[in-house]
Amino acid sequence: MAESAPASTPLTTSGTERRGWACLKGGRTLIALVALLAFNALFTRDFLTLQTLNINLSQVAQVVVVAMGMALVIATGGIDLSVGAVAAFAGTLAAVLLAQDSGALVQPGVAVLAALALPLLAAALLGGMNGLLITRCGVQPIVATLVLFIAGRGLAEMLTNGNLRAFAPERLEWLRSNLLGLPVQAWLMAAVVAVTVWVVRRTLFARRLLAVGGNARAAHLAGVPVARVKLIAYCACAALAGLAGLMNVAMISAADPAKIGLNIELDAIAAVAVGGTLLSGGRVDIFGTLLGALAIQLLDYTLLAHGVADEYALIAKATIILLAVFLQRRGK
Amino acid sequence: MSMNAPGTPLLEMRGIDKAFGGVPALRQSRLCVGRGEVHALIGQNGAGKSTLIKILTGAYARDAGTIVFDGKEVDFKVPIAAQRAGLSTIYQELNLVPQRSVAENIFLGREPTRFGLIDWRHMEAESARILAGFGMSVDVGRPLLSYNTATQQMTAIARAVSMRAKLVIMDEPTSSLDETEVSTLFGVIRKLKADGTSVVFVSHRLDELYAVCDRITVMRDGQTVAEREMEGFPKLDLVAAMLGKELSVLQGARRAAPDPSMSEVLSVQHLRSGTRVKDASVAVRRGEIVGLGGLLGSGRTELARAVFGADAVDAGQIRIKGELVKLDQPADAIARGVAFLSEDRKTEGIIADLSIRENLCLVLSPRLARLGIVDTRRQQEITEEFIRKLDIRCAGPDQPIRELSGGNQQKVLLARWLAAGIDLLLLDEPTRGIDVGAKAEILELIRGLADSQGLSVLIIASELEELVAASDRVAVLRDGRTVAELTGSNVNEGAVMAAMANEPAKQTEVPEVAHG
Repeated sequence: MAESAPASTPLTTSGTERRGWACLKGGRTLIALVALLAFNALFTRDFLTLQTLNINLSQVAQVVVVAMGMALVIATGGIDLSVGAVAAFAGTLAAVLLAQDSGALVQPGVAVLAALALPLLAAALLGGMNGLLITRCGVQPIVATLVLFIAGRGLAEMLTNGNLRAFAPERLEWLRSNLLGLPVQAWLMAAVVAVTVWVVRRTLFARRLLAVGGNARAAHLAGVPVARVKLIAYCACAALAGLAGLMNVAMISAADPAKIGLNIELDAIAAVAVGGTLLSGGRVDIFGTLLGALAIQLLDYTLLAHGVADEYALIAKATIILLAVFLQRRGK
Repeated sequence: MSMNAPGTPLLEMRGIDKAFGGVPALRQSRLCVGRGEVHALIGQNGAGKSTLIKILTGAYARDAGTIVFDGKEVDFKVPIAAQRAGLSTIYQELNLVPQRSVAENIFLGREPTRFGLIDWRHMEAESARILAGFGMSVDVGRPLLSYNTATQQMTAIARAVSMRAKLVIMDEPTSSLDETEVSTLFGVIRKLKADGTSVVFVSHRLDELYAVCDRITVMRDGQTVAEREMEGFPKLDLVAAMLGKELSVLQGARRAAPDPSMSEVLSVQHLRSGTRVKDASVAVRRGEIVGLGGLLGSGRTELARAVFGADAVDAGQIRIKGELVKLDQPADAIARGVAFLSEDRKTEGIIADLSIRENLCLVLSPRLARLGIVDTRRQQEITEEFIRKLDIRCAGPDQPIRELSGGNQQKVLLARWLAAGIDLLLLDEPTRGIDVGAKAEILELIRGLADSQGLSVLIIASELEELVAASDRVAVLRDGRTVAELTGSNVNEGAVMAAMANEPAKQTEVPEVAHG
């Protein structure tokens, strides 16, 4: 149809519609989110309070941060199962550094700086390992990241001999306090989302990312450094997972390597999928991913607030995710 | 047990019709193969060879026509029925199980049993016996994937033999074999023939057909256009039958000889790359359009890919703008101003989900970026400019490229390179799958760029008419070697065909160069 139409004629509906809704691609997810909000506003006691908002934001912040990285990796046509393990390693490393009581790290400023920088760096390096396995050795992403999924938590537990490691609560207090009435972690989440949106809209990297995910052979023949682009995506994803690990330990002033980031990879992948991004690569929808994470969080909260027993809550959650993904596919 | 006189053909397919969605793929086509005969089946892409074979083996249902195999009228509904009747097909991509052993592959699905258990000893002894008959000694217990392509192919043939196949169909069996492997295969084919088995041999390498085949069927546009003895069939007539051109069509365009004052943008000497390119030489001057002629499988695409750094160079030299280069990847060639438009637009060209703008700016974007941030306004301007210049019919720069027609997609891909300011354009079948109007438009566009901006172009086109119309000069490849370079009035369809077939044209002189 499109082939012979002159330039001025409006083309297929998808062609014109897309432009109007360009910034609202996760339209259906948004509707689901609004429906959940409406339901809670009507039927959940004390839902429309700042406290409820803050609880939900604190709980979802880590998932959103991880999901941003996951969206980038999924855009390359890959997947990263190791984010939870990387979060555990980074968080535990931070706790170990903060718990030092001798040497240069006794000074609070140095300690906090080191406890932020080193874990993030370590996380990025772990992501680089994922990337190298995938690009240099040709290991499938799901297998390559499965390796670190298993080993990463082991490394984290080695740091503390498997124990909980607590540190002085005042050291990362700022990371669990409130700013302008909202949790700092929520602001951090917003900042990560904003930066990711900017990266996707404006940078050369994002253009190459989508080209690589959409058609790696064509991208290679157009001179795109396919391996480097993938490597950066996995590094970024792991660094964001590391950040989520830091946020986790800041909340309780301690690191439990067996618990940090447990199952967060699944929540992140679900957020991307519910947000309307196909896992086949070549597309990225940051706004949709954010909405997906928020919708899943709100669903969890709704089921909890209404006293749905855990076992039923899990089934209900799975059913609703299935429904959301099904609707997304139909909408294509 | 056959009650037929040895004189009747083993296979007779007559009046076969087949259409896909109303588009005829075969029209009254026929194929007759005698007993113990090696039969060549040849035709260009889309001529209907594969469709005919698939109808024979039961992969497709025919719309009309009769098939008589071994004296009985047959109508195979599924491939396994054809196999049971004694008809085996060896496909280009072997359909064997690489992880299993050679013996297991030969007996896959019909393993000999003793007391309900697989009789391994019998299976392996029998496999080794058949392969020994081919003059090959192979450890049949080792997994298939540990052997080279030739042995894997022999395994497939051994499977056919063990199933007592009366007819073995080989679909381009030599396309991934080297020369010694090809001669082993020919030995096996002669052995099959001596044992009374018939072979249908599909290949585009003419010399191979003459080396091993007794009879030939030529197809064109879904019809059988020639059926005869191989012996005494002039190659030129064969190529003419295949391409459907009369040799009398010899009016060449008047072209000037290459202008020696123009510098050589590309010079390839004695290039060897992979199994397809053996000794290729070609040069392109500034502002010149050089056509690369040759049959399918003659190494044209592979030559272009090697010049673009997409395939490894094994021997020979590539000079770009006078400089001897070693290209490890396409990015190296792009940095030197070389562009490549693949024949496979879908899998190697467009990025379907992205917009026209992102597709068009893919190569250019790094230069529009400062500190990694792309100047989106420049992107938009450039895209709009090229949409106007190349008359790309679309809704605007944001439309996904997948919604465009083939011709408009090709224009976007062309613009992708033009926007990046390249000097040498390698075009592989630039008009494939594009309607007639857009075809002419694209060829005109390329000519205009060569004349006005001094763009150098190396163009591959299977359609002779197109090749001759587009090119200033034509280099012809046969079996990976440059066998002719045609200039001036020698650039005509007859001369190109003659060079492809390795016979002197009747009315023109074909200078032979660089004969390997």
